[in-house]
Amino acid sequence: MPGPKRFGGRLWRDPRGRIGLLLLAVVAAAALLAPLVSPVDPDAQRDVVATRFLAPLTTDLHGVVHPLGTDRLGRDVWARLVYGARVSLTVGLLGMAVSLVLGVVVGSLAAAGPRSLAVLLLGATDFALGLPRVVLLLLLAALWKPSAVLVVVVLGLTGWMPVARLVYAEMRSQLARPYVEAATTLGAHPARVLFRHALPNALAPVLALATLGVGNAITLEAGLSFLGLGVQPPAASWGTMIASGRDTVVNAPWVGLAPGIALVLVVVGCTLVADAVSEQ
Amino acid sequence: MARSILRGLLRGAAVVFGVVTLTFLLLHLAPGDPVQRLLGPAATLEQLEAGRHTLGLDRPLPEQYAAWLGRAVRGDFGASIAQGRPAAVLLAEAWPATALLILLSLVLSWLFGILVGTVQANTRRRGLDTTTSALAVALNAMPSYWLGLALVMVFTYQLRWLPAFGAAGVDAEFLSGGARLVDRLRHLALPLLTLSLIGIGGAARFSRAAMRAVRDSPYLVAARARGLPQSEVVVRHQLRSALVPIVTLLGLSLPAVFSGAVFVEAIFGWPGVGQLLVQAVQARDYPVVMAAATVSAVLVVTGNLLAEFLTGVVDPRVRHAGA
Repeated sequence: MPGPKRFGGRLWRDPRGRIGLLLLAVVAAAALLAPLVSPVDPDAQRDVVATRFLAPLTTDLHGVVHPLGTDRLGRDVWARLVYGARVSLTVGLLGMAVSLVLGVVVGSLAAAGPRSLAVLLLGATDFALGLPRVVLLLLLAALWKPSAVLVVVVLGLTGWMPVARLVYAEMRSQLARPYVEAATTLGAHPARVLFRHALPNALAPVLALATLGVGNAITLEAGLSFLGLGVQPPAASWGTMIASGRDTVVNAPWVGLAPGIALVLVVVGCTLVADAVSEQ
Repeated sequence: MARSILRGLLRGAAVVFGVVTLTFLLLHLAPGDPVQRLLGPAATLEQLEAGRHTLGLDRPLPEQYAAWLGRAVRGDFGASIAQGRPAAVLLAEAWPATALLILLSLVLSWLFGILVGTVQANTRRRGLDTTTSALAVALNAMPSYWLGLALVMVFTYQLRWLPAFGAAGVDAEFLSGGARLVDRLRHLALPLLTLSLIGIGGAARFSRAAMRAVRDSPYLVAARARGLPQSEVVVRHQLRSALVPIVTLLGLSLPAVFSGAVFVEAIFGWPGVGQLLVQAVQARDYPVVMAAATVSAVLVVTGNLLAEFLTGVVDPRVRHAGA
């Protein structure tokens, strides 16, 4: 694998990588700079009757402009969108990070460890891969008190298997190469060979998979919140926003459309970056 | 072949058993229980104790698990705590609706997905390839619960063409055979369209990659050089070998399609396993959750086995490897 700098440069030269990175950067910037991007408080309800269901770009009687309109409680949709992005992106990234760590550990151990350990770990991976992820998510989220932390843990615990498989396959092929033998001959500790030499070389396809996984995790998080099992109202999250838009499809379609479009943009961004990474 | 099928069956049974055990543990280790939900916050401690006793929830966990397993093997999943009807009956009513939805959407997704992917892989017009690829990425990125909502917005409220809820109209009982079928199809349209559009996006992306991977192979160049018409080269030679990875992925995509179906059923009130599961989990209806988890695991495992079997049918190397 080339250095991170050259890797990034090539990613940027691929039009898909460029568009994807830009999409993700815009959403991430909006989430990080939420108070600057939207001066309105996402949970502020003033005069509910006078300010609810305002169409996009209207100015309410307090003189506040609502770029994406307001919802049933008169809350600003744009403000909720950018604050909701914080929740969605954090949960998605952390969930995938948990999966990534678990997957890399299981995959590397299976590739480098003794044969019996490999059989055991790969068997467990295959087994976990066969479990219906949504059923587990539903159960865990519905049975325990719903919270963002729980969703992260559940996403992490149900998403590591593809990573483990890929890491295993990549590591096996890396460990068979001459440079590994060279490093071992020079007296490098097995752990050093594994993590400093083999793993970085196996990382590109894993990175692609992880990027895709982030998009997936964000969609699932929003889905759980949509069913009322994830982030709890009144906290803004894209899933709860889509759910509340469901009842106002007729008189205020923007309430549900806006978070959905944001979600699609993020997932498209992840897909494009993943495509570009996997072809490096 | 027979041996690999047997191995697949054993592995499938292990997965189903694992799902069931995990579901049981999660249900019983989680705080809160169905008796509380059923009797409400005003129930006294004695009433709660009595309720737990009648449902057998006060016995030790291993004993409850063994009892459940013993009855489930004989097809007895107990009675729904919330509805009083046997869980097996509820599931028997629900699973055909889910199977129909998933099966039809898989067929539509892959039919159109392979078609689009084939055109993309072989066209010389880069603009067409880029536009359709972008469209496929966007479709595949859409969450089912949101796309469903958007379709309802257009087809139910704007155009007033299609119903957005349930599997049949309230007057379905009184319709004649033909009209009843039309009614069913109209109710099926939006849930099916939602799942299929997302599926087409994914299937097209994968088919394009699979078709491109073999596009410049020497044997295709040879087929063209022998003067075979383009259509025959594509269908009989290119598609034939691209079909192997496609069928493998079809099986692997099944859990994802089922996930999509869970959300789609919840939005459209489609009376399937997904909707039943969501309702039962929220009501802590233990017997129904257990039965629904069992059925969904069996559905997914069966689909994977079928795909494995189909891979053997389309790929002679796999077919003869086990012998």
